[in-house]
Amino acid sequence: MTTKFTTRSFVALVLLALLGVAFWTLAAGYTPDAELNRTAAYYAENTARETGAQNIVTAIIVTYRGLDTLGEVTVLFLTAAIVALVLGQSKAPRGGSGSGFLPSGELLQTGTKMLLPIIMLFGAYVFVNGHLTPGGGFQGGAILASGILLLLLAEPKRRFGHALISRVESVSGLVYVLIGIAGIVLAGGFLDNRILPLGTFGALLSAGAIPLIYTLIGLKVGAEFSSILESLEETEDA
Amino acid sequence: MLPTIAMATGFALILMGLYGALTHRNILRMILGFTIASTGVNVVLVSVGYMPGRTAPIMDSAVPVADAAARVIDPVPQALVLTAIVIGLGVTALMLAYAYRLFRIRHSLDISKFTELKW
Repeated sequence: MTTKFTTRSFVALVLLALLGVAFWTLAAGYTPDAELNRTAAYYAENTARETGAQNIVTAIIVTYRGLDTLGEVTVLFLTAAIVALVLGQSKAPRGGSGSGFLPSGELLQTGTKMLLPIIMLFGAYVFVNGHLTPGGGFQGGAILASGILLLLLAEPKRRFGHALISRVESVSGLVYVLIGIAGIVLAGGFLDNRILPLGTFGALLSAGAIPLIYTLIGLKVGAEFSSILESLEETEDA
Repeated sequence: MLPTIAMATGFALILMGLYGALTHRNILRMILGFTIASTGVNVVLVSVGYMPGRTAPIMDSAVPVADAAARVIDPVPQALVLTAIVIGLGVTALMLAYAYRLFRIRHSLDISKFTELKW
């Protein structure tokens, strides 16, 4: 067993050394560009005029490559669905112990009551301001889900409304697609943000539909992450 | 200098993660190895977009709209990495769910206990 283990790790080390040589040549021959390439320069020059967003990364994700983001959200939805499917068969009985059979402490419970509203507010702040500051729907959604995780840790026996989470998730996904189709009808194409006025550059309610779309993405991502966490939490202890 | 350090760190993380995933026998440790490797890939991608003397691709008071193209770093790798992080999280969640199912079957997380696909 021991010799087998060492041969195995030796082979792994040799392979990784080869990969490391490849990485070394990549890193050694790398010089940072002095100029933006054509795609990036286009985004840098035209983001403000075409989308009205301050954050160029947000403009790329929500508007220029909006279809890819829709696909990404779909992948997340699929992940949440498959996790629920895989773990659904071994769900703890209702009111049963679940994985969190240890009661949480007073400190965690009180802390959760105080922190949860602030975490939720911060998540909403991050996804509403996605077009102005670093942040956006995915980050904000992850913050919302971290609040849900805190709640799950503080009250392990509590069962959340699956119905509420899946309703938030499906409604926000549906409205996201409808906004995309409205872009075809009212503006230049699928998920075009100019269905709403672009507004003042740098204001909270500006950049057309970007704050709306990012809010929907934030809710959807938050609901998906929460449902993944919940599926993992509700499993029965083996 | 800065992108070289970031890139070397990223490559080192990839190699460390893959080494952990290849040598450990515990499924949870293998998942952890994959997560570390994917973090390394993200660090390398972000470091490729870095350009010396430039700032983040957000047009505020520090970066006037008119000469944004000369002042900001490449925003495309950052958008890519955002996607990669989210997909990486989905992959990790799936791996953990399957690890739980495997644990339910064998009551063990040792990969050498699972011999069905071995030859």
